[in-house]
Amino acid sequence: MATNYSPDVEARLRADAQEIVSRYPQSRSAIMPLLHLIQAEDSFCSPRGITLVADILGLTRAQVSAVATFYSQYRRRPNGEYNVGVCTNALCAVMGGDTIWDELSEYVGIGHDETTEDGKVTLEQLECNAGCDYAPVVMVNWEYFDNQTPASAKQIVDDLRAGKDVQPTRGPNKVGTFKEISRVLAGFEDGLVDEGPAGGEATMAGLKIAREQGWTAPQPTGGEEQQ
Amino acid sequence: MTEFNTPGTLSPVLSDIWDKERSWTLDVYRDNGGYQAIQKAWDMSHEEGAITNIIKESGLRGRGGAGFPTGLKWSFLPAPDGGPRYLVVNADESEPGTCKDIPVLMANPHLLLEGMMICMIAIGGHHGFIYLRGEVVHVYRRLLAAVREAREAGLLGTGLGPNGDFDLDITVHAGAGAYICGEETALLDSLEGLRGQPRLKPPFPAVEGLYARPTVVNNVESIASVPGIINHGPNWFKKMGEDTKNSSGHGLFSLSGHVKNPGQYEAPFGITMRELLEMAGGIRDGHELKFYAVGGSSAPLCTPDHLDVPLGYEEVAESGSMLATRAIQVFDETVSVVRVVSRWTDFYQHESCGKCTPCREGTYWMRQIMHRFEEGRGRDTDIDLLYEIAGNIFGRSFCALGDAAATPVRSAIELFRPEFEQCLTTPVTEQFPIEKSALFSEVGVQ
Repeated sequence: MATNYSPDVEARLRADAQEIVSRYPQSRSAIMPLLHLIQAEDSFCSPRGITLVADILGLTRAQVSAVATFYSQYRRRPNGEYNVGVCTNALCAVMGGDTIWDELSEYVGIGHDETTEDGKVTLEQLECNAGCDYAPVVMVNWEYFDNQTPASAKQIVDDLRAGKDVQPTRGPNKVGTFKEISRVLAGFEDGLVDEGPAGGEATMAGLKIAREQGWTAPQPTGGEEQQ
Repeated sequence: MTEFNTPGTLSPVLSDIWDKERSWTLDVYRDNGGYQAIQKAWDMSHEEGAITNIIKESGLRGRGGAGFPTGLKWSFLPAPDGGPRYLVVNADESEPGTCKDIPVLMANPHLLLEGMMICMIAIGGHHGFIYLRGEVVHVYRRLLAAVREAREAGLLGTGLGPNGDFDLDITVHAGAGAYICGEETALLDSLEGLRGQPRLKPPFPAVEGLYARPTVVNNVESIASVPGIINHGPNWFKKMGEDTKNSSGHGLFSLSGHVKNPGQYEAPFGITMRELLEMAGGIRDGHELKFYAVGGSSAPLCTPDHLDVPLGYEEVAESGSMLATRAIQVFDETVSVVRVVSRWTDFYQHESCGKCTPCREGTYWMRQIMHRFEEGRGRDTDIDLLYEIAGNIFGRSFCALGDAAATPVRSAIELFRPEFEQCLTTPVTEQFPIEKSALFSEVGVQ
């Protein structure tokens, strides 16, 4: 099947794909990281990317498209350089996520799954992102921005559109582009693992109290603990 | 036999090294007692079933929600036939309100890896998978690095174990945004490269799981609890939660919402919501508790009447709810039950995979009705209609998503019917102005 990637790009993608496929006992399991890899190149699951993945895995384009259209992180058209998602599932929504979303959407002038004309920012209403103890949560390219407000969310977008770095609360020192993050999601390390904390204040809330109170798991009494 | 004293009100085990500098690295994990349990497991590996028996004896139950005994699950695998056997860790944490596995993985990924290695030795598996939801990229970094470090340190690889004949490998797989993939058979389909849709059971994954081979599917917290049990023994584990009917051990209780100090509280099972609430500083100033969800969004709601129920699987079930993932979402009196349940209904409608008609169509219709209520345009018959639709979804789908969608709706009507009645004439936002519930409008913009 012909793709219209340039020969060197296609060769690079195929080399990456070979590494991805080698992680699995059966090649078809590689389809999800391969689609992330396509997004790292094209910022969406492009028709040429679908064709390439189908060719690599020996599937039809329909089989690959069926998977690409099932999962919400796979885009059907080019994504902005930064995906700004506001959690509006119940808990975050009530804690202020609805207000953040309404104000941010109006401020930027675009709605859900829409991208600014400069191609910088795509806005998205997110489902629960497992950061409920930091509600309301905003995710920029799937990095955590905890305890947000309408003002802080607008600041993030202003900074991104002005070309400034933005720093997540629990994550690396700066947020990578949509394509860069997609490459990590394809399973390629980017060297940023040691940046950022083990967790935020809420993560440590119980541990802090336990330390203050001297509370621990059961300790052996009398004889020595069996090792 | 070693005796153990009573644990503290909180009992950090999984969370115990989270406050150490660079707690996610192999060195720090080792400095704090990490990778000792794997040595014990290797020593036990010559005795068939020894590891699984210890896990059974500990009473560890699945921490992903259902509470199925973990050791028993491992023992369901058929006898080895020479073909592959797999461990798949469910790290697709997506249940609304649930936020316990992500902090575990971000702060201490090696604990999960060690638990996986022990499990694979126990079940005779050589390849384990971590299915992580794709929307948490920094956690994925930590897991990828942890697996790399474990490989470099010779903890994973070929020719391991006392006889030098055991291979261990782990693949960390990033999902791409689909709540349904937290359902174990949908997760397996997804991992096989298909759309993530649940399979009809039986056959259960223990018999025909990944690639139709015997497979253990366990939650992150379940597997991360394994090294502690191997290190300290089942009696240590059972010393926690010993006053409960059948819920031994430690668990992460995640408090979110209108409490002063939301967060992770790792405690023995049997702690009460009243104790947790007190540790979290209580409800925010000037407000009072209205209702809370104790098991994510899929369990019946709780009210202040439930505050003294010991948080064990049976105890919570007997009180009319489900402990599930211990994701405790707390709402004060400024919050409309209708608004919360409506948003959860949106979620289930969005995440229904479409395979089973009652769930696919029923969530759609429930959503229409919930929106009418939110807008104050409910019809006279809508409350009963909604209840009936929920009843027609419940128990009529392959997987639990349908049940999960129906449960909060039915529970909300049972507990708060007058609020639905008010929504026949008055929009939710007039009854419960949304700015009163938001955290920043009252505490000042941060």
